[in-house]
Amino acid sequence: MAAPCSDRILLDDWHIVADRAVLTEGRPFASRLLGVDLEVTRHGDDADVVCITGGAPVRSQQLYGYIWACLGTPARDIVHLPEAFEDDRHTVTGGSIAVKVSGLRAVENFLDMGHFPFVHTGWLGDEPHTEVQPYNVEITEADEILATDCKFFQPVASPTAKGGMMVDYIYKVIRPYTVALYKSNPLQPGRLDSITLFVQPVDEENCIAHPFLCYIKEGIDEPTIRWFMQLIFAQDKPILENQVPKRLPLDPRAETPIRADAVSVTYRRWLRERAVTYGAIPAAA
Amino acid sequence: MPEPDRSRWHPIAASHDLPFRHVYHAQLLGREFAVWRADDGYVNVWENRCLHRGVRLSIGMNDGRELKCQYHGWRYANRTAGCTYIPAHPADAPARTITNRTFPAVERYGLVWSAEEPVGEVPALAGVTEGRQLVLRGIPVNAAAEDVAERLRSYRFQPNGALDGKDAEVALEAASDTSVALRSREAGADTLAVFFVQPVDAGRSVIRGVLDDDAEGPQRIAVMRHHNRLLSKLRDEAEREAAGKPAPASIEPVYERVSAELAEMPEVTPHGRKAALRVEVARKFAAADGIAGFELRPIKGLLPTFQPGAHIDVHMPNGEIRQYSITNGPGESASYVIGVKLEPDSKGGSKCMHETVREGDVLAISEPRNNFPLRRDALKTLFIAGGIGITPLLAMAQALQNQRLAFELHYFAQNESQMAFRDRLAALGSSLRPHLGLDPAATGAELRRLLHGYEAGRQVYLCGPGPMLEAARSIAAELGWPDSSVHFEYFKNTNTIDDSSSFEVALARSVMTLQVPAGRTILEVIRENGIEMPSSCEQGACGTCLCTVIEGEPDHQDVYLNDAERRAGTKILTCVSRSKSPRLVLDL
Repeated sequence: MAAPCSDRILLDDWHIVADRAVLTEGRPFASRLLGVDLEVTRHGDDADVVCITGGAPVRSQQLYGYIWACLGTPARDIVHLPEAFEDDRHTVTGGSIAVKVSGLRAVENFLDMGHFPFVHTGWLGDEPHTEVQPYNVEITEADEILATDCKFFQPVASPTAKGGMMVDYIYKVIRPYTVALYKSNPLQPGRLDSITLFVQPVDEENCIAHPFLCYIKEGIDEPTIRWFMQLIFAQDKPILENQVPKRLPLDPRAETPIRADAVSVTYRRWLRERAVTYGAIPAAA
Repeated sequence: MPEPDRSRWHPIAASHDLPFRHVYHAQLLGREFAVWRADDGYVNVWENRCLHRGVRLSIGMNDGRELKCQYHGWRYANRTAGCTYIPAHPADAPARTITNRTFPAVERYGLVWSAEEPVGEVPALAGVTEGRQLVLRGIPVNAAAEDVAERLRSYRFQPNGALDGKDAEVALEAASDTSVALRSREAGADTLAVFFVQPVDAGRSVIRGVLDDDAEGPQRIAVMRHHNRLLSKLRDEAEREAAGKPAPASIEPVYERVSAELAEMPEVTPHGRKAALRVEVARKFAAADGIAGFELRPIKGLLPTFQPGAHIDVHMPNGEIRQYSITNGPGESASYVIGVKLEPDSKGGSKCMHETVREGDVLAISEPRNNFPLRRDALKTLFIAGGIGITPLLAMAQALQNQRLAFELHYFAQNESQMAFRDRLAALGSSLRPHLGLDPAATGAELRRLLHGYEAGRQVYLCGPGPMLEAARSIAAELGWPDSSVHFEYFKNTNTIDDSSSFEVALARSVMTLQVPAGRTILEVIRENGIEMPSSCEQGACGTCLCTVIEGEPDHQDVYLNDAERRAGTKILTCVSRSKSPRLVLDL
């Protein structure tokens, strides 16, 4: 686990190292990214990030209410979320939730509908409504994984939902450790609420999930959005922490996929093809 | 560090660690186990990992018959650990080969013993009588098993009969690198204590102690406390010592890979009409007037996992082959129970089963096959059985009952004495609705009443005589039931098969073109050409030889497909159906 990260695709990308809201002026906040211990300190509107061993400054910036760091040379910008800039939306950070499992497992769980009736019983699913209908998965020109036409019956799909309904989802894997979902807003048909899960790879077997929610303001306030997100994530956490092994196996024969897992099958293959190994158990050559 | 010896039996749990419907998390030499007792008493020791996404099964639910994974609700059967249901795909029967890894389990001296690759028997304990022992609380220690065992050699304790004394003489009677037997004596009192040190991991262990004599009430508590105090002290010392040494690396378990075909998507594995299993008739009984029940037990090993709705082929002593549904409820995996009705016009099948086959006889049977899968995502399920058609529906009803899902089982029979498997029926309580002595007209009226008021989320399963199924299907269609919600299984195909056509069959994947002449079936012709194709009833009723049609117009002559499937023309039963077009392209 102590092995340093050698995946350029991760080293040269931006990752969240702190939610700005948890920082106290002038007091260093301990964080860890890709196995490297960091300290984040806020100075007024600014914040700096240094590496604990050696004290070298680490490249950092702020966006969406988070402090971001890049350990290598940034090959691209922080993920752009157009909906975060729409005035009629709340943009809410859902808390920073530490999970003792590889962040890749957390991403895969976020992509999964089949567990709703069993893990989020009474909220995102309920027996006997367990069927996962066929959906489409594609890799876009932007090299993202896009799953469309996902439908699932949900008793309480969102904090404002009244009664059960079939909910439409779109899932998007944006980067190896970043995944988003878009679901139909219960009050404004045709518009979508979004949740982007930025997963901070603490090390290969630990992560911190930072859900970032862009919800249409009508009929809902920020505490309710945050409450709902934390309720849901608290249900996922014990399941994730009981996955064995903790790293995500990329060998197609390590676990048993079914049709409902089409998007995670694609995700694992996509990780293999992009040579992501950090947090994964690579497939035997 | 030397490779651990995986051939030795070790205790991994105490029997008292397995209370009613609990799942116990055990570990041996780095490998975790989910240990659970089914309601029939069987102790299961399984890899602690769901095959789907690796979630620990020790956090799953033991419903007494099956273990249900917390993550996606996959259900695994008692004994076999075969997956019986995947809720995300309620219309499909899971591939029978989705089977978790199991390990041997032996319950002896109040302990559950296991090993990855055991050699020989569980050790016999000289001086301890099975059933009379007192099992101490397992004491986990953060120290290597050998070090703990070494330390136990100098363990000092009082015999049960002289707990308040101080001067017991303790003699070492036997010892190995993971066990120690000590005898304590004082003032005529005498207690033998045997300690096994379970190597949990390289640097962790559990002390499992057994005393040769049980005690009652407060005396028992006093004995337990005595050892608890002394063993806790021993633990503290062992852990202090271990903390001063470099921590050994954990033993990394190696997980078996799933089979290549499962790594893709679960598909039924092909096999011909084979009778791979040998079973003994453990019990033959009158299930009802004219219906014989047979309980079939494996000659050796375990029977394969079955799902509700599954049937087996029974190969009879007279050479006949017949299909019978398994009536068992979930988790009843020690034997298969089937019901055989004596047909008045029997061509030798049911007559042979009734008159020739006796208890103790050995029969050849096929592995169970499920072409009549049960969805479990309905808000309400109706089962409509006519006569011996009860058998698959009984298995289904017991499965829904176990999961507390809403259903009604409507059983049409001539009279009460012809209702089969009364004990199983009784357990269904008010969900069982008998309809006795109705003539065809009254049956039709009753079916109309039952099927009235279709709502989304309902499913109906029909099994019974042909005319009754025809009536029920047409009433259901008339009352607005979609084909996809009406599931049926015929006993036999009473259609007159017209095999006069001749046509060409192209096998797309095998790149082969074959001629099917009049009088021959597609199934026969493709098998003759070396293509494996499973089959069972070979008369167009069971669905085993189903195949996908890529091109051409099938000439359906079976009773398995529903009307929508027939119209779609994308599936064909190769044992009886033929082609209307000169050429048929199959996905084979």
